[in-house]
Amino acid sequence: MALVFVGFFVVPLLLILMVSTWDYNEYEILPAFTLANYAALFEGCGSPDGTCVTLLTYLSTIKFSLIVWFVTLVLGFAVAYYLAFCVQTLRWQIFLFVLCTVPFWTSNVIRMIAWIPLLGRNGLINQTLVSLGLIDEPIEWLLFSEFSVVLAFVHLYTMFMIVPIFNSMARIDKRLLEAARDAGATGWQTLRYVVIPLSKTGMVIGSIFVLTIVMGDFVTVGVMGGQQIASVGKMIQVQTSYLQFPLAAANAIALLLIVLMMIWGLTRIVDIRKEL
Amino acid sequence: MSTHRNPWLTTVFVAFVLFLYGPMFVIVLLSFQGPTGGLTFPLTGLSLNWYAELARGLGVVDIGAALRRSLALGLVVMAITVVFSLMAGLAYRKRLPFGNALFYVAVASLIMPSIIVSLGIGLEFRLLDTGLKWLLEAVGAQDWLAQYTTTMGLWTSALGAHLTWTLPFGLLIMFAVFNRFDSSVEEAAADLGATRMQTFWYVLLPLVAPALVGVGMFGFTLSWDEIARTSQAISDVNTLPLELQGLTTTVTTPAIYALASVTMLVSFVVMGLSLWLGAKLAVRRRSPSAH
Repeated sequence: MALVFVGFFVVPLLLILMVSTWDYNEYEILPAFTLANYAALFEGCGSPDGTCVTLLTYLSTIKFSLIVWFVTLVLGFAVAYYLAFCVQTLRWQIFLFVLCTVPFWTSNVIRMIAWIPLLGRNGLINQTLVSLGLIDEPIEWLLFSEFSVVLAFVHLYTMFMIVPIFNSMARIDKRLLEAARDAGATGWQTLRYVVIPLSKTGMVIGSIFVLTIVMGDFVTVGVMGGQQIASVGKMIQVQTSYLQFPLAAANAIALLLIVLMMIWGLTRIVDIRKEL
Repeated sequence: MSTHRNPWLTTVFVAFVLFLYGPMFVIVLLSFQGPTGGLTFPLTGLSLNWYAELARGLGVVDIGAALRRSLALGLVVMAITVVFSLMAGLAYRKRLPFGNALFYVAVASLIMPSIIVSLGIGLEFRLLDTGLKWLLEAVGAQDWLAQYTTTMGLWTSALGAHLTWTLPFGLLIMFAVFNRFDSSVEEAAADLGATRMQTFWYVLLPLVAPALVGVGMFGFTLSWDEIARTSQAISDVNTLPLELQGLTTTVTTPAIYALASVTMLVSFVVMGLSLWLGAKLAVRRRSPSAH
């Protein structure tokens, strides 16, 4: 097992770091040290007519991550709370929990394609709205837009929030909630001062999963964005397809640093190692 | 036990489940679209037309071959994941040198953006190719050099890429299992004169078997649907999900829904089999005859 991780994880990462400082031309990579690939990340920035494409791509990816993170956190928390505290019996709890996790084991692409008949220009939602007379023209921004990308992310990855948050909440002693109520706390106060602090670990673990997935994604952005929206992962993919490996590697390292900073920031809130 | 009803949260939950399953249900329904129907509603009738179309093949892509490749790869990934996770789980019960380091690497591998892992593995194999070609040239093995193409492929780089994704899950599940494992049963077996192999086969293995089924299910389904990590780490023979992703931009008939339905069916069959097998093993564990 250690060998698998060394061969397919550690060595590849080191190679990315190495190649990110190599030079390249149209058809091959040249082993010569250069920082040009990193400089290319800021190409076109600063000058008034510059487009600054690469940096803007990073910003847009971060924007998506934060929106998706916020939505999945709130939704995941609500669903986990329902499962943990509002479902009466253990049997139902297990059944509903499995119900929420089953889609995780099916294909992401299929779950994305599944939105097309609903959101498309002639999709179910537009057809319904038009026939109800609420709108005259089909709404164009439902599919292949930023909206559909966020929707698909939420659809695909809320599970990553629900499972760890539910896991934390399931360990909360129910008597604590009773005690809070007996002591005169309102529902919101119990939530704010009892439930949220005690399920923080789950929230942080879920956040790490969602943020790292969305930051590195290129499949969802590709399919749901109609191949029109840029993301860092997509940029790396395009660069490799043009055999610009050093450039792709430099982007991968930059992405990795951003993700590590996010994780570092999140672990400042909760010491996960202590809570495992 | 205090449970409180909250109609508002119940609504959220029901809406969420509909949100999860609604779209999937819609494409399964639309895969039975009549021959004149399109990608969206209305249904122009029910037929198996698009499944027949799928069986004939979609354009240049050989779906059947991709399906067989994915199936074979999934089964191999499943087997390796189960065996390695069990061995690692057992190894971690004693103090393991570098145990902590391996654990952190496994967790890092789990949360690392897939595109980075994929790119790294792709690079690794490309550099290996360059090195091997140079070596063959240096020793003058011209015949081999002429035949040589790449070391990248389904059973090398893609297999490795899948394992970086499935093994961390397997390892974490085994940790959870062995944390709760009561080792007094093993001592009892030893006291009764069982050899270590006998203890393993007749005591330990039956006890952890349901969890191993779970690990196997993770291994297969995660591999079956994997795209991101495979994308850069496979040469020109694609797995089914990669073909499917490619088809989203080119195929504009409900045949793609038929393909999606078939793929989902495989996932659900595997899940059902695992649940059935897991439940069966768990029952056997509890019944006195097993002891």
